[in-house]
Amino acid sequence: MRVVAAMSGGVDSSVAAARLVDAGHDVVGIHLALSRKSSSGRGCCTLDDARDARRVADMLGIAFYVWDLSEQFAADVVDDFLAEYRSGRTPNPCMRCNERIKFAAVLDRAVALGFDAVATGHYARVVPGTGGPELHRAVDAAKDQSYVLGVLGVEQLGRTILPLGGDLKGEVRAEAARRGLLVAAKPDSHDICFIPDGDTAAFLRSRLGDQPGDIVDERTGTVVATHSGAYAFTIGQRRGLGITVATEDAQPRYVVGIDIDARTVSVGPPALLDVDVAEGIRPTWAGPAVGESPVELAAQVRAHAEPVAASARLVDERLVVEFHTPIRGLAPGQSMVLYDGTRVVGSATVDATHRMRVA
Amino acid sequence: MADRAYLDHAATTPMLAEARAAWVAQSQRVGNPSSLHTAGRAARRVVEESREAIAADLRCRPSSVVFTAGGTEADNLAVKGLFWGRRDAVGARRVLASSIEHHAVLDPVEWLADHQQAEVAWLPVDERGRIDLASLETELAEPSGVALCTVMWANNEIGTVQPVARIAEMCRAAGVPFHTDAVQALGFLPMDLTAVGADAVTISSHKIGGPFGVGALVLDPAAKVVPVLHGGGQEREVRSGTLDAAGIAGFAVAVAHAVAGQRERAAHVLALRERLIAGIRATVPDARLNGDPGTGAEERLPGNVHLSFPGCEGDLLLMLLDAAGIDCSTGSACTAGIPEPSHVLLAMGADPALARSSLRFSLGGTSTEADVDAVLAALPGAVERARRAGTLAHRAG
Ligand SMILES: Cc1ncc(COP(=O)(O)O)c(C=O)c1O
Repeated sequence: MRVVAAMSGGVDSSVAAARLVDAGHDVVGIHLALSRKSSSGRGCCTLDDARDARRVADMLGIAFYVWDLSEQFAADVVDDFLAEYRSGRTPNPCMRCNERIKFAAVLDRAVALGFDAVATGHYARVVPGTGGPELHRAVDAAKDQSYVLGVLGVEQLGRTILPLGGDLKGEVRAEAARRGLLVAAKPDSHDICFIPDGDTAAFLRSRLGDQPGDIVDERTGTVVATHSGAYAFTIGQRRGLGITVATEDAQPRYVVGIDIDARTVSVGPPALLDVDVAEGIRPTWAGPAVGESPVELAAQVRAHAEPVAASARLVDERLVVEFHTPIRGLAPGQSMVLYDGTRVVGSATVDATHRMRVA
Repeated sequence: MADRAYLDHAATTPMLAEARAAWVAQSQRVGNPSSLHTAGRAARRVVEESREAIAADLRCRPSSVVFTAGGTEADNLAVKGLFWGRRDAVGARRVLASSIEHHAVLDPVEWLADHQQAEVAWLPVDERGRIDLASLETELAEPSGVALCTVMWANNEIGTVQPVARIAEMCRAAGVPFHTDAVQALGFLPMDLTAVGADAVTISSHKIGGPFGVGALVLDPAAKVVPVLHGGGQEREVRSGTLDAAGIAGFAVAVAHAVAGQRERAAHVLALRERLIAGIRATVPDARLNGDPGTGAEERLPGNVHLSFPGCEGDLLLMLLDAAGIDCSTGSACTAGIPEPSHVLLAMGADPALARSSLRFSLGGTSTEADVDAVLAALPGAVERARRAGTLAHRAG
């Protein structure tokens, strides 16, 4: 097969590319330039990373190019990220990037250029199933990244190779060292790549400007603090609220609501965070779609959250998910990924949440 | 690699066997050309004989040949050195530079503007990439404030040749030092430096079949130049650093070869270039030849083919041709592998999309019809694929 190996310059994508070469594929290494700021430092697309990726490609003896997707990334991922926060939602930019860039723009381009597939170093497995390729959780549960790939459709999965899904992270690092790859000891990247210092609130403030308002106790209606931008808060957030007045029930306060237009952030006790039903928009399916009759599945709402038993059904193209145990803190904009055992069924973006019991 | 077609001679060209022999021979001898003992004198002799040979070949005085570690260093020395020299002598701060210079000139000029209070006048070019002499004339009307003028002999991307003798004459009449980067011209265009009369001329060894990391600034001994590298003052106190006698020996052989074979080489690559252009026109009719379509030595470098393929990204074409066994270039500089839209094409009035859709094939003495035919065989399919990928990028973006 002719394969594009997306090479970030990190350990995982380097080992993934090496294995493809070993397997006899015709591999071309591609580093995605997602930002034109050529500063070094942390993040996933710095000049140093491009250089590391190139060195690995040289060692593997494969062709290597940099594809400049910075304009598309800015429009489809960064602008979307800002727009979502601006409207009081909490997006997952990595999923958006997988959906729009890595397994869309890059994959389409690769196919147009005559390649058969795109490979990445994600920890998840693409497994042939009866009805086509299936996406499953990685063997290494601690590293499993099937959640962030939950937005991929069947057609994309058919052209996706994930060589590391059967491995433990430690094994991959050891293999990198054994292969003499200089990136073997490189730390993993965890941050949002376009916010390398990890300070999302500061990034949002710099892009969206100050929009001061009140932090209000949901129960009593009293103003307990002020803020400089409601967009910088996330449902379920506890730290950084700056509340100094004591609460009458002596319980900690969490963000339970964000009203961007009124510039109000409401806080309340943890019980107010419980969500029993979520409605999702823009559903994607990694196999047969869920229909109008409810299906018993498990739902995961964050990259490292525990999946929760739930029943899911489609109502007017909205994915309605009833959690059998309430989920604490689920914000509009977050992605829900549905699983049947280890298999990814599909995903949707949370648009609304409901509580059954009034706390 | 034997069955690959190499069409990137403007980036670098294979080393000549004779140059390699001279280089290797000298590398086997001990001796610093600055040392006073016998070994040093022997190395010094190699350097000086090389200097004299190069001067004879280029028709200039041996004392004007200042060896450097390549074209980039020579360009930096000319631009910064002449600027500082004139600034110190007469307080001049204005730099006249063509808007299509190589980065080795462009970036020093911009650096002078950013850090040394230089004022830059970027001389415009026409749609063929040729400098507008009228605007130069206007700039030279007030010569006292002008520190230097720099206009490259022939452009590395699009191959357009500038009227350097005429520009040198205008600058001389105005009393303004004139530098020209002749890196791409050497070996492909007739070169008589006495007849041209520039104050400073850059040449580079690896572009003409000599070793890497060697070059020269042919610098009028009367020109006032402040050094960029300070140290032992080996080259007339204008340039410091132990001379690379082996590299210089190989360089001299390459210059001799470049000059002696110039006519024949130009005719050879010109015939191949016309075959390549005609072949591409036949199979990819909407390909656009950039630069000057002329075949004369005053018009275009004979081995340069620079085309735009509307709807294709140049870097994707390069990748597809690479996979098909062809080495070529987009012609413009890149940052960490990301191609920038060429400042040369933008200066010529091309829109950025067209500038990004460009590819440069550059031919050299060792190019063959088989090289050209390999391109003609692979290009139509590559263009079709790159175009498909390009439409996607537009749709998704
Ligand atoms: C016109 C021109 N000037 C200067 C240079 C730089 O020369 P060198 O590679 O010897 O530093 C080049 C080569 O890329 C060139 O084409």
